[in-house]
Amino acid sequence: MIFPRRDRPKKLRLDYELIESLVPDGAKVLDLGCGDGQLLSELIEIKGCIGRGIEIDEQAALECIGRGVPVYQGDMLEGMSFYTDAQFDVVILSQTLQQALRPPEVIREMLRVGRRAIISFPNFGHWAVRLQLLGTGRMPRSRALPYHWYNTPNVHLCTVKDFREFCDRENLERVREIFLSPRQRRIGSVGANWRAGLAIFQVQRRGA
Amino acid sequence: MATDDDIPVADDSRLGGAHSAGLVETKCFTFADPPEELELECGQRLGPITLAYETYGELAPARDNAVLILHALSGDAHVAGYHSREDRKPGWWDIMVGPGKPFDTTKYFVICSNIIGGCKGSTGPSSPNPATGRPYAMDFPMVTVGDMVRTQKRLIDHLGIERLLSMAGGSLGGMQVLEWAVRYPEHVASAMSIAATARLSAQGIAFNEVGRQAIMTDPNWGTGDYYGREPPRAGLAIARMIGHITYLSDEQMHEKFGRRLQDRETVGYDFKADFQVESYLRYQGDSFVRRFDANSYLYISKAMDYFDLAAKYGSLVQAFERVRAEFLVVSFTSDWLFPTYQSKEIVRALKANGVPTTFFEIPSRYGHDTFLLPNEQLAETVTGFLANVQRRVRSPAGKGGRL
Repeated sequence: MIFPRRDRPKKLRLDYELIESLVPDGAKVLDLGCGDGQLLSELIEIKGCIGRGIEIDEQAALECIGRGVPVYQGDMLEGMSFYTDAQFDVVILSQTLQQALRPPEVIREMLRVGRRAIISFPNFGHWAVRLQLLGTGRMPRSRALPYHWYNTPNVHLCTVKDFREFCDRENLERVREIFLSPRQRRIGSVGANWRAGLAIFQVQRRGA
Repeated sequence: MATDDDIPVADDSRLGGAHSAGLVETKCFTFADPPEELELECGQRLGPITLAYETYGELAPARDNAVLILHALSGDAHVAGYHSREDRKPGWWDIMVGPGKPFDTTKYFVICSNIIGGCKGSTGPSSPNPATGRPYAMDFPMVTVGDMVRTQKRLIDHLGIERLLSMAGGSLGGMQVLEWAVRYPEHVASAMSIAATARLSAQGIAFNEVGRQAIMTDPNWGTGDYYGREPPRAGLAIARMIGHITYLSDEQMHEKFGRRLQDRETVGYDFKADFQVESYLRYQGDSFVRRFDANSYLYISKAMDYFDLAAKYGSLVQAFERVRAEFLVVSFTSDWLFPTYQSKEIVRALKANGVPTTFFEIPSRYGHDTFLLPNEQLAETVTGFLANVQRRVRSPAGKGGRL
């Protein structure tokens, strides 16, 4: 995770706010890697959503339970396999895609149990990342990517361009694309692969 | 499958301590007097039926804070506190039940009853058969987990409780939780299944059968009517020893006993207890026979074997179609008697029905018995789950709907 969820400020983060804005009132929502359940709890309280979470970290799962968010403590692919088709309106994968061992399977499962997927990830194509690799010849590190190559949980980093191509390959329709600068300011889509620190995609199966 | 001989006494639970349930007494409720006997699932009729039970805390005026605790194979109604000032040990789940504990008796009205078929005050094979005046012994009808739950429902009705805020049980107690949620969906707001299963595995049945054979091949068992004579102590002790092994884990046994010798410097080349683990098991067996009836062991272990919600309702998914409660399902990593995959089967079937379900696999080295031992994660899970259920029940507009 780019920002461990437990360390999040209590105030709602902009990427959370934007994700929430993509979720309709009263929607059935599954949050993968839901951390301490803050996002789900807000969706439930504010938008009247029916929420479920999956979180592998024990301490974070305990915090979900403390908040009253139904959580499955365990692996997200296994946790999703327990749901029948289309049980959810929206399935959220917030800044966890890059840690998934099998991203295509995760996204296919998301769109099996839910009609729409909201996926946010750090953009490895940001100019500062490119510049660091070019200039230092070492794996880039930043506030968003604080790990060394040997201890990073981020095994599947991608760029905005990569993800768009992936969607085409998987026959996914990109319904919405939202970009944030590394300082959490919203930016336009022009040159997003250079400028965005974080990307939020809403996708669904083509024709769905 | 309580191993109450081993239960640690929390430091703060000494009689009169601030976090102890204090002095409690066992009460009795008798019903199903002839000719209105209860027809059991096996088809036989039983009555009158007595349930021994204890309660802790106060029932709220709205009657919305009752929590039923279901005990395991060898447990009883005495879940917390002490019966007298001379009591050496508190109830079997004293670490979890009391003021300020997860089942906080200042907030919840906690109820626990001895299961039918048991030997701790409820009607069972050692109770007098009204037809003969002698203990039932093998004339006692076969009882099921369903029968246990149906009698508990009568007790809850008797206490004037329409809907239970929650219920919790480990092992056989968890089976009763599942049965309750399926059989009486409108009467259960939430349910906690701990180290349980919706159907006992072949391995579980196998161990139970070895235990039963140990009892029934003891010459003192005879035809089971040993009351007033020497009971089948050796058989019951062996059953308990086997059971006890299944409640522990390899790692824990290695840690607790290793290959250390008991009261001797070198092995004796005889068949006395050389190793500490042997001596420990003998002690567990011996102390168990002083407090448990061998026939109750037969009947209750058989009820566990018969439990199979999937078979009864076609599938587990179909069984849970009727569930209205929200669920907490907990398993322990080192539990090989009721392994995590069995809890996940429960979770899968609940989720397929859109039931709000929280699942937590607690890391533990202590095997199946973990649920009886102090465990911060279990305590925190139960505390958080219960508090949120109560909040939701009291403000129904809250979260946690069915999918």
